[in-house]
Amino acid sequence: MSEEGVNPRRRRLLAITSGLGVIGTAFAVTPFVLSMFPSARAKAAGAPVEVDISKLEPGQLLTVEWRGKPVWILRRTRAMLKSLTDVEKLLADPKSGVADQQPSYAQNDARSIKPEILVLVGICTHLGCSPDKRLDAGIASGLGDDWLGGFFCPCHGSKFDLAGRVYKNVPAPTNLVVPPHAYLSDRRIIIGADQKGAA
Amino acid sequence: MQKLLAWIDDRFPLTKVWEEHLAKYYAPKNFNFWYYFGSLALLVLVMQIVTGIFLTMHYKPDTDLAFASVEYIMRDVDWGWLIRYMHSTGASFFFIVVYLHMFRAMLYGSYQKPRELIWLIGVVIYVALMAESFMGYLLPWGNMSYWGAQVIISLFDAIPLVGPMLSEWIRGDFVVSDATLNRFFAFHVIAIPLILVALVFVHIVALHKVGSNNPDGVEIKKKKGPDGIPLDGIPFHPYYTVKDIVGVTVFLMLFAAVMFFAPELWGWFLEPDNFVPANNLVTPPEIVPLWYFTPFYSILRANVYNFLWIDAKLWGVIFMGLSIVLFFFLPWLDRSPVKSIRYRGGMYKTALAVFVVSFFILGYLGTKSPEVISLFWVKNVYWVQAFTVLYFAFFFLMPWYTKYDKTKPVPERVTGK
Repeated sequence: MSEEGVNPRRRRLLAITSGLGVIGTAFAVTPFVLSMFPSARAKAAGAPVEVDISKLEPGQLLTVEWRGKPVWILRRTRAMLKSLTDVEKLLADPKSGVADQQPSYAQNDARSIKPEILVLVGICTHLGCSPDKRLDAGIASGLGDDWLGGFFCPCHGSKFDLAGRVYKNVPAPTNLVVPPHAYLSDRRIIIGADQKGAA
Repeated sequence: MQKLLAWIDDRFPLTKVWEEHLAKYYAPKNFNFWYYFGSLALLVLVMQIVTGIFLTMHYKPDTDLAFASVEYIMRDVDWGWLIRYMHSTGASFFFIVVYLHMFRAMLYGSYQKPRELIWLIGVVIYVALMAESFMGYLLPWGNMSYWGAQVIISLFDAIPLVGPMLSEWIRGDFVVSDATLNRFFAFHVIAIPLILVALVFVHIVALHKVGSNNPDGVEIKKKKGPDGIPLDGIPFHPYYTVKDIVGVTVFLMLFAAVMFFAPELWGWFLEPDNFVPANNLVTPPEIVPLWYFTPFYSILRANVYNFLWIDAKLWGVIFMGLSIVLFFFLPWLDRSPVKSIRYRGGMYKTALAVFVVSFFILGYLGTKSPEVISLFWVKNVYWVQAFTVLYFAFFFLMPWYTKYDKTKPVPERVTGK
């Protein structure tokens, strides 16, 4: 562009006006962008869920819905609990070091409040599929005879042990999430709230 | 009649546009089979828009009603099944046509100077088309719709810092829900189609500015007759309009055969798991996107190793993103002095063949579980890794193999009669 005959004052005013126009556009766009975030109703819908676990047999898994996601409650057998130590060398994060993946009271070897009762959000930390329950060890699982029991995500092949801890060299980066939960009594637990109240 | 036309021409450049873009738009005379797919893509776009409009008259974008409303269209709406199958078959045919159209550009170097911008706009159209079909796939609210959307939106979670907020923003909820369905409907039926139509318009404007390439990769504008018309050019109308109508006829025969006799195409065009309503507690045994996404889906799950302080999940997303983004760079990766494959050497021919084979195999393996063995006692995941490397090698090694390739001399004029 030729600079000849350009009035510098007009040029400056034009730049300022354009700059203000851009700022104004940014303000105008904001409500539209914000309207796409979860609405007040969606935010309020995540109420805690109470579950009766008294009928859960050892080795049995119950799926309940919390915030639209599947939550698994598994009553682990003694053999299952023993497998948690055998499997450790295969795991990426056996000590549950990533703090966001469980409440502090589940940051232990069994990733639970009571060792036998495991509560997990049944959503793979890779891309959000719900993994298959391959609880039984051995060849019947379809994952080879050295499988120690756990969860297998069919979408992209991630493996997790019976505490939801992720194996090494699979696509999922972290352990499955343990949701905040608490015991209301020996028979009833609440998911989505811890001992102090709603999460 | 003549008076009416003159009246219009004084107020709107009707005759001018007609002549510039059809009756006196000179295209190379040697177009072959591969040159059908541009006009066919336009045809499918129009078909999708028209059938889409009629589907929206009966469809309900509500998680409680969506699945049933699609079944209602299939069973109770007069001819609803036809309109719906036209739309679902059209989606797959759109990608067939667009892939062949893109392959044509790679065969004859149509993305090379001076047609880089046509190619770039084309790749943007392709990306918009992917978004369009992905969002459309959620609308029937089948179980594969639901979990497919869940997986693809979760890709954004992998982006450091803003990822989780971004995926909540896309879903409008913490999981795929009614809010997601409703907004995908809005994007699918109005926002992206508008963008697509605008992009197609710009694509054609850019094409008509520089003129079409041809199977010889010769610029016909370099040899003009005394009347200023390219010696190897023929007017688009009636020559190519008539040729394209023949293409349309054959295309519609194939299209109708699929639509009437195998609209699901044994699970390739409509997946069996999508005939089950969405269930947010149960993932289908295998989550598989429709065939046109499976090569990229394979690349997404190819990498299972953490390296360079980035975890395997983010690498997968990066590789998948890159596998699409690389198409944008094609005009600058290609250093060949010739355009058409007819005058290129063995290196480019081999590379293109390896690329096409890799694309097909990755596509096939994208429909299979990574842990299963499909070929020669090797787990799918390792095959996927090998062909992902070949896929990327096509792009990353292109500056070298196109530069050192032994090319043949290009003729002055187009070949053939």
